[in-house]
Amino acid sequence: MSRVKTLIITGFGINCEVETAAAFKLAGAEADIIHLNDIFLRKYSIHKYDIITFPGGFSFGDDLGSGKVLANKMKYKHLVSGKLFLDELMDFLFDGKYILGICNGFQFLVKMGLLPNINGDLSQEVSLTHNDSARFEDRWVYCKVTQNLKSPFLRDIDVIYLPVRHGEGKLVIKNERIKIEILHNNLNCMSYCSNDGIITSEYPHNPNGSELNCAALTSTSGQILGMMPHPEAYTSLYNNPNWAQWKRKDPEISEEGEGLKIFRNIVEHIKYKKD
Amino acid sequence: MKDQVQLVLKDSIRDVRGEQVAARVKNYLGYDTGIIRTGKVYTIMYDLNKKDLKQFAQTGLADEILHDIYINAFYKDSFYRSYILISKLPGVTDDEGMSAQKTLSDMMGMEIDTATQNIFSHDVYYFGNKLDREELAEIAEKLLGNPLIHHFEYGKSLKKVEYIPLVRIKKPDKPDVINIFEDDEELLRLSRDMLLSLNLQEMRAIKSYFKQDQVMQSRIRRGMPANPTDCELEILAQTWSEHCKHKEFNAVIHYRNLETGEELEINSLFETYIKKATQIIMERLEKTGNNWLLKVFNDNAGVVRIDEDTVFVWKVETHNSPSAIDPYGGAITGILGNNRDPLGTGMGGAKLIFNTDVLCFGPLDYNKELLPGQLHPRTVFSGVRHGIEDGGNKSGIPTVNGAIIFDERYSGKPLVYCGTGGIMPSRVLESRTWEKRISAGDIIIMAGGRVGKDGIHGATFSSAEIDENSPQSAVQIGSPLTQKLLMDFMQEAVQLGLIRCSTDNGAGGLSSAVGELAKISGGALVNLEQVPLKYTNLKPWEIFISESQERMILVVTDDKKEILFKLAADREVELSDIGTFTDTGFLDVRYNNKRVALLDLEFLHEGVPQKMLEAEWIKPDLEEPQLPEITDYNKILLDLLASDNICSRESVIRQYDHEVQARTVIKPLMGPEGKAAQDAAVLRLTYDGFEGIAVANGIHPRYGDIDPYQMSAGAFDEAVRQIIAVGGCLPEVTEASNRFWSVNDNFCVPDSVYDPVTNTDGKLKLAKLVQMNQALYDMSTYFNIPMTSGKDSMKNDFRSGYAKISVPPTILYSMVAKIDDVRKSVTGEFKASEDLVYLLGRTHDELGGSEFYRLFGQLGANVPVVRKEKAKWLYKKIAKANELRLLESCHDISDGGMLTTLAECCIGSGLGADIWIDGFQDIPLNVIMFSETHSRFIVSVKQENRQTFENIFVHDGIFLGQITDSPILTVSYGKKIIIESSIEDMTKAWDKGLEK
Repeated sequence: MSRVKTLIITGFGINCEVETAAAFKLAGAEADIIHLNDIFLRKYSIHKYDIITFPGGFSFGDDLGSGKVLANKMKYKHLVSGKLFLDELMDFLFDGKYILGICNGFQFLVKMGLLPNINGDLSQEVSLTHNDSARFEDRWVYCKVTQNLKSPFLRDIDVIYLPVRHGEGKLVIKNERIKIEILHNNLNCMSYCSNDGIITSEYPHNPNGSELNCAALTSTSGQILGMMPHPEAYTSLYNNPNWAQWKRKDPEISEEGEGLKIFRNIVEHIKYKKD
Repeated sequence: MKDQVQLVLKDSIRDVRGEQVAARVKNYLGYDTGIIRTGKVYTIMYDLNKKDLKQFAQTGLADEILHDIYINAFYKDSFYRSYILISKLPGVTDDEGMSAQKTLSDMMGMEIDTATQNIFSHDVYYFGNKLDREELAEIAEKLLGNPLIHHFEYGKSLKKVEYIPLVRIKKPDKPDVINIFEDDEELLRLSRDMLLSLNLQEMRAIKSYFKQDQVMQSRIRRGMPANPTDCELEILAQTWSEHCKHKEFNAVIHYRNLETGEELEINSLFETYIKKATQIIMERLEKTGNNWLLKVFNDNAGVVRIDEDTVFVWKVETHNSPSAIDPYGGAITGILGNNRDPLGTGMGGAKLIFNTDVLCFGPLDYNKELLPGQLHPRTVFSGVRHGIEDGGNKSGIPTVNGAIIFDERYSGKPLVYCGTGGIMPSRVLESRTWEKRISAGDIIIMAGGRVGKDGIHGATFSSAEIDENSPQSAVQIGSPLTQKLLMDFMQEAVQLGLIRCSTDNGAGGLSSAVGELAKISGGALVNLEQVPLKYTNLKPWEIFISESQERMILVVTDDKKEILFKLAADREVELSDIGTFTDTGFLDVRYNNKRVALLDLEFLHEGVPQKMLEAEWIKPDLEEPQLPEITDYNKILLDLLASDNICSRESVIRQYDHEVQARTVIKPLMGPEGKAAQDAAVLRLTYDGFEGIAVANGIHPRYGDIDPYQMSAGAFDEAVRQIIAVGGCLPEVTEASNRFWSVNDNFCVPDSVYDPVTNTDGKLKLAKLVQMNQALYDMSTYFNIPMTSGKDSMKNDFRSGYAKISVPPTILYSMVAKIDDVRKSVTGEFKASEDLVYLLGRTHDELGGSEFYRLFGQLGANVPVVRKEKAKWLYKKIAKANELRLLESCHDISDGGMLTTLAECCIGSGLGADIWIDGFQDIPLNVIMFSETHSRFIVSVKQENRQTFENIFVHDGIFLGQITDSPILTVSYGKKIIIESSIEDMTKAWDKGLEK
């Protein structure tokens, strides 16, 4: 069996790197947590990895808008090699590899133009901004997965229960054309729904007022997934706020959390591809 | 040369912040503002050409999907008829401007100075309705900002922004020498004018020290004047402040109990009760091979052992005075400051895994006229809440639980308790991480934020009462981003073995941090000109005592310095080498090679004279009230659920990230709908194991109005029983279980020093404090739970003219205990229909101080009394029942009594219950339902386990009824149904409590 190597980016206020690395390890991958400046200043190569993850957190304190300052750093700041980090990422994708962005990581992928990138020119096509409640909220939501995707991340998942923890998670789409393209290509791969799996805009099922009730976006190739909910925060049954009633109902219930499935999917997919 | 960029949301984007402000203005101030549009202005002091400026505005500052951009021009729309512009005052933290500077440097590849403020951010609010200046000022000052930190401008349409908060200070004169060889009156004047907060006795002690021949000769020999310099006096004032030296907790107290005739001479409350209790417990633990109590009292936070490889460090503090005048800034610096305590314990660099915050406010519907300088409790509440949100969320530390208490006496000064726990590996490169080792020659490194005038005299300020003239420098805003970078860097550097030990810069700034550490090596030499500043022209003593936030002191050996600086540069954390530790016996402070202070460490730390205080206990004359006959218990239930101190905290909890790090197993809200409030938080320590900890808080200020001893004992019991409820086991002193328990005691009391004019009941207040300590001693030694850290805040009075609002004497016990297997923990909500419901623990006629009496505006006299022997007996049985997995749910009974607890179990689970009240013999109905007798629980049990359960608990468990699928709580008494309340109705009442 091949090894799957994951690069977890940290620094500048990112704060979910440890549990994200733990999730990948539980899913059978190797995970290295690397400070962004080790890539910018110390020539640390991203190319020895199979997947790069941008975890959740508050990079630059959400100043100037969530993910914004980090996105600009990646887009404009030169590495010591003279290249742009963005170009490195494009090479990484060209090699058929994968990128996962969770919460702040998703915000930053969107602001960098990597998601959804329908026009293919890395211009910003959507944004993630203040929730309709104008508040940061930590709550658990159900998400319906849109099937028949190229995305290996969400295979065999229909409805998934996960926590959201954000103040800026409302997806705003630049124009009607982009919206149609997103729908047409099934890029809105996870939608907020009620507990019986029906997609809804009703608060708090849709916690932020997102357009299309969208909780996650994938790139057309399926190589990039950006999601607002936190799968790394549900790798154990005991992360679930209702674990006690669930366990009572089914004493034999698996001690694994639903979020782990996403990590297993991608790790197994890469293993399969490599073998 | 300056440029300005304005961003305004596009018409197509819903302005949710504007909507929120409009709603708050309507609710709180009653104005109709019309539609509100929000915008940002950035003033840029760098020289940029037109092209760069445009690119920076478009890609650096704006989000092209969201914003319209105006460059050196301003948004105009005649629809909006008034505006408020909010800028920060000079020197106030402007993180957004700082981040903009960094992004400018990243984008343009420019080598610009990003460490000093060159981009300033301003907020603009445009209002659809025409509001006059007074209305705008009220909105600005009460809801949008705070005059202590913000500059406001108002008008019809914004045409220009001229205000730029540049700091300008004139070049300081050369350091002063202060003549203290003067009479008493002059000494007091000096203390007052220099804001030293030292009393006459202390000023005299300083004077006589400097007058000693030996001291004089020694000073002259070393080139110092006979009199102290300004810097020396300031250092003494900081080090001797109540905040740093706990002079009242270390005073000699003459205590007379007029109720019993008892008289006592207490030589230090701290030594007599807190320290002694912990020493006794430590001996008992060690005798039986329990070696988990590693460090108490002599570092920033106490340390206990989790297992061979990991130790736990934690601290709870208060930040009351700053929160009273700037709630947001006070709370955020409270959280971040408290984070730095475990972060700076031992070697430092602990991974912080939780925050827990307990808040005491005036009622949200407070309707008395506000005194000058007093903020409305609602303003305080919303600012403090926001500060905790940003302080925790932006640092990636989950806020796992807490408490909010409302009482009118907190409307002058709120209490803001911030607690933080962390874990460290027990060893790094063979050295014990919890120890602090320093040798002469080690280098003093300052890390993190820069130094400005922030918080100068902060420590002395919090020891004094606030008045309407409180100095502005008392207000600081934390920068969670700066601290996050510093924290990540420290964790990395400690793991690499680069740091010998560390400490935080808190009250007293460098003077306290270096002064404390210097005790270990026996001296220190500091070069103040090496300290990086936010702006020029600070005086040496200001640099030394400034409380600018987000700074740590790192102690480093010479061979590690270079590699440490390299790592710091990579992590964008500023370090400066500001001196060395010595063994000269002196704190030697220099500025450009000239000595500005030279103080003998022994005098500095041991020279403060002990205070002598009087305490006198008189039992309050109270009786039980005569209540009207209650005909509608359903209404009482709903009123209780909606009352301040019981109602749901969900709206607050949801704004705190309580799950980051993915460790929380019992979160503050659980159950199918996330409505089940829990007794204690349970956290998992690793991602592949199931060892964990439980975190709880006990606090009951109202009981203190009847009996401060029982208030303190009850709060202690509450913390213990909350941990028992979630599955904890009491610490053993009979065998080596190595299951740690630790408590942080936090006293917040009003001025308790008697004064015939200004504090006539000071002796009584001090007697209350004595009794609270006696209870602490009795409870902790009985349960063998040591105090590993603690804090006291002694002057919680708000004064304005002749008016004074004093907090009730309050004690918070925060407790953490090890949980062997988090999978076996027990939550509070019911689990399944047909389970049987029991009450554990005897109920007594103890309605005094209850929430039930409070509904009727009564206090009563029969305060809940802790029966610790019975409590321990019951807690052991519960642990046994949990071992056998007999308890499906367990919820402790506190505010509101048994009925409220039953309702919470239903609300949280979505299940109803049929309850029959018999089996209480002749206890009156109101007592059964509402008494807040301690050490009791509502539990549920599977039918098949009934016999085993009853065999364990026998008479300690009273059968109450059964859980039902039908979502209704029914209570029958005799043949009558007295309560029939749907979960929907109960939830509605419970949810609306904070919506005032």
